[in-house]
Formats: sequence, structure tokens, C-alpha cells
Amino acid sequence: MDTIVAAAVEWVFVCTTSDIPQNGGGCVKVGDEQIAVFNFSRRGEWYATQNLCPHKQQMVLSRGMIGSTGDTCEPKVACPFHKKTFSLLSGECLTGDDYELKTYPVKVEGDQVYIGIE
Amino acid sequence: MSPQDFQTVVVVGNGMVGYKFCEKLLAKTKAFRVVVFGEEPRHAYDRVHLSEYFNGKSADDLSMSHLGWYREHNIDLHLGDPIMEINRTEKTIHSQKGVSLAYDYLVLATGSSAFVPDIPGVEKDGVFVYRTIEDLDLIQHYAKAARVGAVLGGGLLGLEAAKALIDLGMEETHVIEFAPRLMPRQIDSAGSAMLQSKLESLGLHVHLNKSTSSIAGGDTIKGLAFADDTSLEVDILVISAGIRPRDELAKLAGLETGTRGGIVVNEQMQTSDASIFAIGECALYDGMIYGLVAPGYEMAEVVAAQLCAGQRAFTGYDMSTKLKLIGVDVASFGDPFVTEPDSRSIVFEDSHKGIYKRINISNDGKYLLGGVLIGDADAYNLLLQTVNNNIVLPPNPEDLILGARGGEASAGAGVASLPDEALICSCEAVSKGDICSAVTDLSVMNVEGMKKCNKAGTGCGGCVPLVKDLINETLKANGTYIKNVVCEHFDYARQELFDLVKMHNIRTYDDTLDQLGKGDGCETCKPVVASILASLWNDVIVKQHTIQDSNDRYLANIQKGGSYSVVPRIPGGEITPDKLIVIGQVAKKYGLYTKITGGQRIDLFGAHLNDLPDIWEELIDAGFESGHAYGKALRTVKSCVGSTWCRFGLHDSVSFAIEVEERYRGIRAPHKIKGGVSGCVRECAEAQSKDFGIIATEKGWNLFVGGNGGSKPQHAQLLATDIDKETCVKYLDRYLMFYIKTADSLTRTATWLNKMEGGISYLKNVIINDSLGINAQLEAEMAALVNSYHCEWKEVVDNPELRKQFSHFVNAPKEKDPNVQFDTMREQVKAKEW
Repeated sequence: MDTIVAAAVEWVFVCTTSDIPQNGGGCVKVGDEQIAVFNFSRRGEWYATQNLCPHKQQMVLSRGMIGSTGDTCEPKVACPFHKKTFSLLSGECLTGDDYELKTYPVKVEGDQVYIGIE
Repeated sequence: MSPQDFQTVVVVGNGMVGYKFCEKLLAKTKAFRVVVFGEEPRHAYDRVHLSEYFNGKSADDLSMSHLGWYREHNIDLHLGDPIMEINRTEKTIHSQKGVSLAYDYLVLATGSSAFVPDIPGVEKDGVFVYRTIEDLDLIQHYAKAARVGAVLGGGLLGLEAAKALIDLGMEETHVIEFAPRLMPRQIDSAGSAMLQSKLESLGLHVHLNKSTSSIAGGDTIKGLAFADDTSLEVDILVISAGIRPRDELAKLAGLETGTRGGIVVNEQMQTSDASIFAIGECALYDGMIYGLVAPGYEMAEVVAAQLCAGQRAFTGYDMSTKLKLIGVDVASFGDPFVTEPDSRSIVFEDSHKGIYKRINISNDGKYLLGGVLIGDADAYNLLLQTVNNNIVLPPNPEDLILGARGGEASAGAGVASLPDEALICSCEAVSKGDICSAVTDLSVMNVEGMKKCNKAGTGCGGCVPLVKDLINETLKANGTYIKNVVCEHFDYARQELFDLVKMHNIRTYDDTLDQLGKGDGCETCKPVVASILASLWNDVIVKQHTIQDSNDRYLANIQKGGSYSVVPRIPGGEITPDKLIVIGQVAKKYGLYTKITGGQRIDLFGAHLNDLPDIWEELIDAGFESGHAYGKALRTVKSCVGSTWCRFGLHDSVSFAIEVEERYRGIRAPHKIKGGVSGCVRECAEAQSKDFGIIATEKGWNLFVGGNGGSKPQHAQLLATDIDKETCVKYLDRYLMFYIKTADSLTRTATWLNKMEGGISYLKNVIINDSLGINAQLEAEMAALVNSYHCEWKEVVDNPELRKQFSHFVNAPKEKDPNVQFDTMREQVKAKEW
């Protein structure tokens, strides 16, 4: 997928494509960081965000359901705790709260999944 | 066009009808210069709801518009300045304050004044009329020192005035009427009698056949003397003996007036001078004064249309009316008085509740001619529409006033049967077609929006319930009942989706979305479809784990901090000591907090995601199975100890609870399901607070359904009495399957039943009498679910691929989430605070 990335990005191998369920997410460990990786196979897209839901500080976003909303079919993830939803593109909270997720670029080569870490 | 080219319309009078004329004219054209003269110091206000002034409404609340409105519309408004003279030859008017003005058209909307009969003493202090806000201020001030009040006149306005006196805190309020009954112009004598007894029971004193001969007292009123030599001591008197059209200005100008008052007008509302119109209560059309606001508004419309070269004529007006007088509904519609041999009447009288209803129908029984409603006027709007639109009556017209009886569906003509021309809001002349098209074309969704859109319901307000019904019916007919649709990805209600998935034999979420939906799905439709698939095919749900809701995805309940809790099934709450020991050992080994649940089982909290399969492996080895505490599925069937131990127990409630719990375990539904079985009427299992409750009787079992605890507790309702176990299970099969197939998602049985048209009697008919003819199918579908039961945790434990899903880090499967942390409390763990 096309991702415009600022200069100093280090691509880190995190898992293979089969580790992340289709149309779902999984959590990967990068150093001490927890990152949620989403395999939006229905759209042939991959996304990555912080695993922490900013609402109640829970490490659970990778266990949330993904989907889309609106005329533009904005891809999103819903936190399994209280169903706050966040854009997978921008990290913006779509349920009206003032939260934002950190998002990461994802690169898939063969069956290898990489995440761009600044 | 320059300003001097504008023709001038002068409106004399700024009451409700005068104001409405300006509004209607300006809505049609800007081609006139409009000048308004009002006698009262205020701009037009709502006289119909005048008595609300005493219930806390201010003069501003009653106002028809704000002063800015007149400015915005370039209306020259002269308040407190009555017109004294009309010079018809020069076409000029002269006001009290000395304004002289030439007119092209003159509209007289001078209204009426209270008629004060010529009784000696009417000039005394403490005698009032009831007409303007100023009158009300005077009454209010004087009433502070008054104890006993009386109203002269038992008509509609008199009773309104009596209500005002009651509201002002009179200890005694009397109504004096010359005629032998109340409201003789609107209702028949039986209706009057019912109204009278109802009003008397509310503390009003009613005196009929009383002719007042004089008002006693010095400067101030002390009492009333009557022609029959009786008397009554009163401190305050409000005269409401009828209205008198304000035609003095017209008379002075030489316009034709009626012998008993009123400015004579033709169908175009023209007076004997073609450039002068009269509208409202000052106008006399066909020998009649129309003392209601709706015909006044129609007259205003007629004149406004004339001035814009339109064609509209006034041809008399329906005087139907509905009011609340001192809290009692009173309505009169069509021809309330017509009798045999011209018609037949159906009368319902309930003197206990103070209800009287009469409808007059044509001799052939086909049409409604009119009627009277006292005490309960809910049916007024539909009855009025039935009269006005000549709607053919149902075969049992008595249902129109009695309501449907014998459990049959409502017989009357619903709003749907009205023709588009049916006038719904007669004050603002808004038809059914106007309302429906506002909903369809302009997306008006509620009454407030409708008021803004076409003013329907802004006049007397009587049509508001009908407007509401029409909006909802139209929304429904348009299929825009958004609430029922699953989400933006599926344009179906859950029940429709359920049927379609079954019909197309769809087995996965992705296929459902491809065939029946659009977009990529979301957190709303995924669990709904997951539940439907589970209810239909009963496959292992974690095979499609990414569409499952939070708890179903990991077959455990996610708790604060991201750990999970584990609940093994303990059917009926019965458990052996050995199994208790196993639960204890497992809890100790994995560091779990244990607590007895409300459903008679044991919850183990604080499990790491990674540990769940191992925990369950040990539990399953010891003979446990999943308790489905995480699913929208059967939870528990609670039981009391029953006849095996209890000295009161009638039957073995524990065995029955276990049998039922094991029958329905694992079955997924729109929401969770709880049951209870009690061994006697003492009801220790609290079965009546459950989705289904079974209670032992001497002869068998009583089956209750649709109960609920939670935030809105409600008792279950009795479905069947004294049935045997087999029948009970059969009814339960049908009931639960009917619920699973038809309820909206996340709707408990109680809400489902509350919303069901016909309620429990309808449900009984379906379940017991097979009124829908679906019971064989319901039983077969339930049997299929019962026979395909599997413990889903066993499926996971035995399947390495599924087990793999239960790890926190996909790139470090053995590592647990370091963020899951616990504190200690009373020798056990607890989740760290948020």
C-alpha cells in the first residue's frame, strides 16, 4: 500500500501475514512497545496503531472489531471495552471524544509484515 | 414599484384573527402596505388559552408573535389606538390618537366583547368580565381578598372562567346558568348532566334554571339575588353570558349589520361596502356569528386570497370542538343533536367514571353524522375525520366509542384510512396530504418540525396527537424507521436479516455482507450476524472469531485491566464436593479471584488471555463445560432446593432446572436468557424475575415469561397454568425460538414482549393455540439446536489452531501482557484501578 513516510523510518519485521487473522487484529511487541496490527483483508489493506485504548488506558485495541463507516468507508477499529471507535487512517476518535491514536505505516513483503518506527 | 404605488390595507383590530390575516396575506404577497390598529395595549395574543395565564403562563408566552415580527414585515402597528371613524366616501380612517389614513382595502377584525346583561348592580366593584389579559389582571388582583366566587353563565367560556377562579384559590366556586343545563350550544342534555356531575364531584357548585335579578351590596358586590327569591353570598362575580360582536364602528359608517349585532358579510367576507371586509367574531355570515378561532382563521384566509386575486369563499364552518374544562374532556363534533327519525344514536354512559359518549349515525348505518364525548375524548380526532370525510363506518360502529372488545384488533378507522384532503389542523388548514408530504419530501420527523414547516398544531393544539400519528405512520410507510435497521451496512431489521440468512443458507459473515449488505461491516452488525449464524447453524463461533463481540471472541468475560473471567456451567446451581475442590484448585493454581454469582455458580476472575485454554483444559477434564457467561445465550436456570429436601416443596425443582438448563445450554439469542424453577409458590428461585420462570403447583407447573431484573425490573407474565413437564418444555421451545427469530438485537424478552402488539394474549395465542401455524417449525428448529450442542471450550482445547488465537503477542505467544496487574484485597486479587 502507498504510505508517505517521513525520512527516518526504520522498518521493523513484526510477524508473518498468517499471524494476524483476516479482517481482524493482533498485538505485536516491538521493544517494550505494544502495537496493534490489523489485516483488513476484505480491502487488501494493513494498518497499525498503538494497542492502548486512550479512553481507559487498556492494552486491548488489537482485540477490537474492525470495519468502516460513512460514505468514504473510513476504516476503523472499535475498542472491545466501551466501543469507542478510531480511524485506522488518522487515529482520530470517531465517537466524538477528544482522543487520538498513534498510527504506524505498515509494509508487507511476501508473507513478512513490517512496521515503520520513527 | 415605488412605495407610493403600493395599495394600502388597513386592519382594524389586532386580535388572533386580525394577526392571522396579516400573516396569511404577507405569506402570499409583499405588494401591499399593511397598517394595523389595535385597541388593546398588547399585540395579538392567544385568547383561546387565556386561562393558562393563571397557571403560570406569562403574557409573552401567550403572544402570537413578537414585536420584531411586525417590524420585519414592514407592518405599521398602532397599539392602544382604536379607530373612531371610517369615511367611506373618501376611503379614510381616523384614530383616537388623531392618525388619519387613506385605505384601498379595510379589514374589520374588531372581534367581540363580553355581553353584560342589564342586571341592577353590574357596575359594582368585584364584578368582572373575562375577555382580555387586562380583565385577568383585574380579577387576579381582586381575587386575593375573595373567598367565594361565582360565574354568570354555564357555557364554554363560563366554565373556563370558573376554572380560572378555582386556580386563583377560591374556597367555593359557583356557576350560575339561566338554561336548564350546562353548555347547551355544544352538547346534548345527557352529556350536560354527566359533565355537571363530574364537575360537581370536583367541587364546583352548579346552579341551573337561575335567573339573576340583582347584584347585592354597596359599592362592592356582596351577593346575588335570583328571580326565584333565593340568594347567594359571593365576593367576586365573573360575567360570561355570551359575546357581542363589536360592530359599533361599522354601524357608524353605515355598513349593514344584523339585528342582534354583527357586520353582515357575503361569501367573500365583503361587507355592504365592497372595499371593506369583516372577519372573525364581528362578522355575521348567513345569520351566524362564528365564536371559534378556526373559522376566524378561515375567514382571514378567504380575504387574504381575495386581495391576491385568488378565488376562495367562506361557506360556513364546522363548529366541532374539543376542550378540557376543569380537567374534564368535553368534545362535540359534526351534528351532536340530530335524533330519530333522521338518524340513529349509539350511547355509552358510565356514571361511575363520569364518561358519556354518543355518536349519531345515518339510518343506513354507513356514515357518522356527529356526536358528543364527555370525560374521555381520545377518539375525537378520528371521529371528526370520519364525519368530515364521509368515511364508511366499520360493521360495528360501537367499537368507535367503546374500543375493541373481546381481544380483537382495533376496529375503528385508523389515520391510514383518511383521504389526503382530510383537514387535520383546522386552525391552520393543514391537510393530511400536507403533513405526509412534509414527512416524505422535506424529511420532517416530528411534531416540532411540523409546526415549523406548516404550522400544523400551532392553533388550538387539538390535532397534535393526530399529527404525531400521521408522522409516524408515514415514516413507517416510507421505511425510514431507522431504529429498526441493524446499521449502515445492512438495510434490514434483525428479523428480516435472520430470515434472509436462513433462506439463502449463508454460513459466514463475509458472505452475509457480500450478499445482503454493503461496505466493510462494523462493530454493530458483526455481532448481530454472528448471533444469527449461531442461532441458525450452531457452528463453533470462534471459527469466525473476528466478528464476535468482545467476550465471545475469547469465550470469556473481559474485565477491568484486560484480564478475563471464567464461569463453568453449574446446572441448577447443584455441584458435587469434588467439583468444588477442582474449582478451588484451578483458582489457586492460576491466581484467580473467586466469587459466587447471582445465578448460583462460581466466577473465577483475573485470568490472563494466554492461560484461558489451560484453565479450561483442567476444568473440562474434571467434567465441567462452558457456562456461556460471555455470550448472548442461556446463562443459568436458578432453582430452589425443591421437594427433595424442602418440607414445603411440591415438586423436584432442582431436577427440572437442570433438565431445562441442559436443554437450552449454548443456544445463542438476541440477548442473554435467564431462567428459574421454584418448587412452590414461595418462589425462592425468584423465577418471576427471569426470562422464563417455572413454579410448581399442586397440579403441575405454572409457566411465566418475559420477566426481568436489571435496571428496569418487571415481573414475568403467566403464559400457562398447571401444565405437566412435557407441555412446559414444549411451550418453552416455542417461546424461546419465537423470541430468537423475531426480537431485535440486544432486546431482552421483557422488552420484546412489552413491544409486542397484543402483548401476552397475542403470545399465548401463538404459543398455545398456534395462531400463526408455526409451532411445528419452531419445535423442529429448537430440536436442531438442542441436538447440535457442543461445548465450545472443548472444541478450542482440542484444536491447536484455535488455541493459538489465545495469546496476547502474536510475535511472542508465550509472553503474557505485562500491563495486566493486580492489587490484593481480603486475601484475594483484584484488578488495578483504571
